[in-house]
Amino acid sequence: MGIKRFPWLSRALAVLRKDLQLEFRTRYAYSALVMFALTTLSTISFSLGGSMADTDVAAALLWMILFFSAMTGLARTFIQEEEAGTVLALKMAADPEPVFLGKYLFNTVLLFSLTVLIVPLYLLMSNLSVANVRGFLATVLLGVLGLAGAGTILAAIAARAAAKGSVMTVLSFPILLPLLISAISATSTAFAGGLPESMMTDLGLLFFYNGIVLAASFLLFEYVWNE
Amino acid sequence: MIGQISLGIWMTAVVLASFLYIPAIPGFGATGETARIIVYHVPAAWIAVLAYLLATVNSVSYLLKGEAKLDRQAQVNAELGTLFCLLAAVTGAIWSRAAWGLYWNWDPRQTSIAVLLMIYAAYFVLRGAIADSDRRARLSAVYAILAFLTVPFLVFIVPRAFPSLHPDLGGIERVRVMSPQVLVVFLSSLVGFTGLYVWMYNIQMRCLSLLSKRVPVRGVRYE
Amino acid sequence: MDNRIEVRGLSKAYHGRRLFTDINISVPDRSVFAVRGPNGSGKTTFLLILCGLIPATSGQVDLVLEGRSLTAAERRRQLGLVSTDLYLYDDLSAVENLEFFSAVRGLPFTLARARELLEFVGLQGRGRDYLGTFSSGMKQRLKYACALWHKPHVLILDEPTSHMDEKGAALVEKVIRGQRARGMVLMATNSPEELRYGDQTLSLA
Repeated sequence: MGIKRFPWLSRALAVLRKDLQLEFRTRYAYSALVMFALTTLSTISFSLGGSMADTDVAAALLWMILFFSAMTGLARTFIQEEEAGTVLALKMAADPEPVFLGKYLFNTVLLFSLTVLIVPLYLLMSNLSVANVRGFLATVLLGVLGLAGAGTILAAIAARAAAKGSVMTVLSFPILLPLLISAISATSTAFAGGLPESMMTDLGLLFFYNGIVLAASFLLFEYVWNE
Repeated sequence: MIGQISLGIWMTAVVLASFLYIPAIPGFGATGETARIIVYHVPAAWIAVLAYLLATVNSVSYLLKGEAKLDRQAQVNAELGTLFCLLAAVTGAIWSRAAWGLYWNWDPRQTSIAVLLMIYAAYFVLRGAIADSDRRARLSAVYAILAFLTVPFLVFIVPRAFPSLHPDLGGIERVRVMSPQVLVVFLSSLVGFTGLYVWMYNIQMRCLSLLSKRVPVRGVRYE
Repeated sequence: MDNRIEVRGLSKAYHGRRLFTDINISVPDRSVFAVRGPNGSGKTTFLLILCGLIPATSGQVDLVLEGRSLTAAERRRQLGLVSTDLYLYDDLSAVENLEFFSAVRGLPFTLARARELLEFVGLQGRGRDYLGTFSSGMKQRLKYACALWHKPHVLILDEPTSHMDEKGAALVEKVIRGQRARGMVLMATNSPEELRYGDQTLSLA
């Protein structure tokens, strides 16, 4: 029932599956992501002497790592298609909607794979204890979904523009800033065990941000995809 | 011609009035003299935001209709918006320094203006990176709309994060600050700024329109 | 059955440089239409416009099936494109490529059909090899398989026998004849052998 009602879903899953297959075999995106994140994390941890007392700073640094890692990794999925020349075949065979959904899901999987590795490592290396674990997990979940959500369409735009990573970061920063600010604020609260009300507001903002960005990306993607 | 001269005279009058006619407003800085900048800073900021709104509307129309003229309109609105945004940011920083000793402290208003500036910058970086005019129009339109949708979040988020040094002229504050003299000059400035905007918009639009009609000469490629 | 392609007043210009102007053609069902012209005359661009991948500067393209003019999205589903500019996924096997393109079109996939098609294009036994290991001629054969999978009414071929040896050329002839019996073929070419197949020819100069 479900699959037939939304034909986009099965087609999007086909795109996701294909990208996962390719990624699994070549590991282009994941290795770039991980190397970047690990390098940044090590540098930060080393410079700060392995212990972060200030939860604001700790929260900000974590999201900086995730943000810039996302910038290096998310664009790949579209740039690869452009560079390999497979865009033409994809355009002939697929409508824009399943392409967007599939790539979005792929980016989500990619970022989550990174997060699962980096976040525990970060907590370990900075000797941080998380006061509010559920809040922290919710923040990371919504934050990463948001990074993937905005990042996917921005990656598509950047790939069409110049297929260069630097354009992506310039485009992404103003748009992702509200997400980053809310995520950092909520993470800081989660580390320090602060007021649940302020965290609920942040999480609410993150939730609505995700909703609006995803809906807008979905509607606007066809204008990026079609000539 | 008449319009330009009138505009020139009008704005000259506004500038003179802002220094000679308005009394110093107590409560802003040591002498209250710094408050004069309100005549320049606030209209610039309003226009910067309005310009972006217009550019977004143009972008939506472009995506729906595909007429090149709409893209030119979006571009011009964005160009002018950037200009006024810079003016607002700079006048704001000057005021901030004069009144409270800091040029920049990331208070909500400054953050918003900074983000708007970043959006404009990103918009033009994107435009600069695409050679094909149709693609350039389409992608920059999508970006403008996307950025526009995320701006309201800042309105909710940022004020909560930092206490604001920025005088919030709402309610009682406004009544105290906006004495009739100030109000008159302020509104005149707003009108003048708008006139400036309309004038520059017309010139730019005419320029771009003429450029788009260039007939290629054999052997010469035009963008 | 009213099946045809109508092109009216088609023009394309890049940055003020005109590629072609006011092209009007009508392609009847069960026919082959050839486009010829020197390099840079716009043959490929013309085909891509017909595919709906590039916008025209002015003019209209219509694919009429059973008397009804199709929407752009529907038209795409009735087209199969083979071109040297079209690339498939090197890191997937031949079967995986077919499987992907089938799934993304929302069509059912069976290994049996895939094998059948691979045999038809002369790639039998190579189904599980990664495309990266294929020669350019073999990749071209797979492109034919992918283009035929969804049984499109119209085949669009850009330089059909490029990268193909003698046996490959025989495959192309087989494909063109087969498609001509069922639907239409539009092809861009300068090769005299290929131009033979054309029932109508358009010269872009």
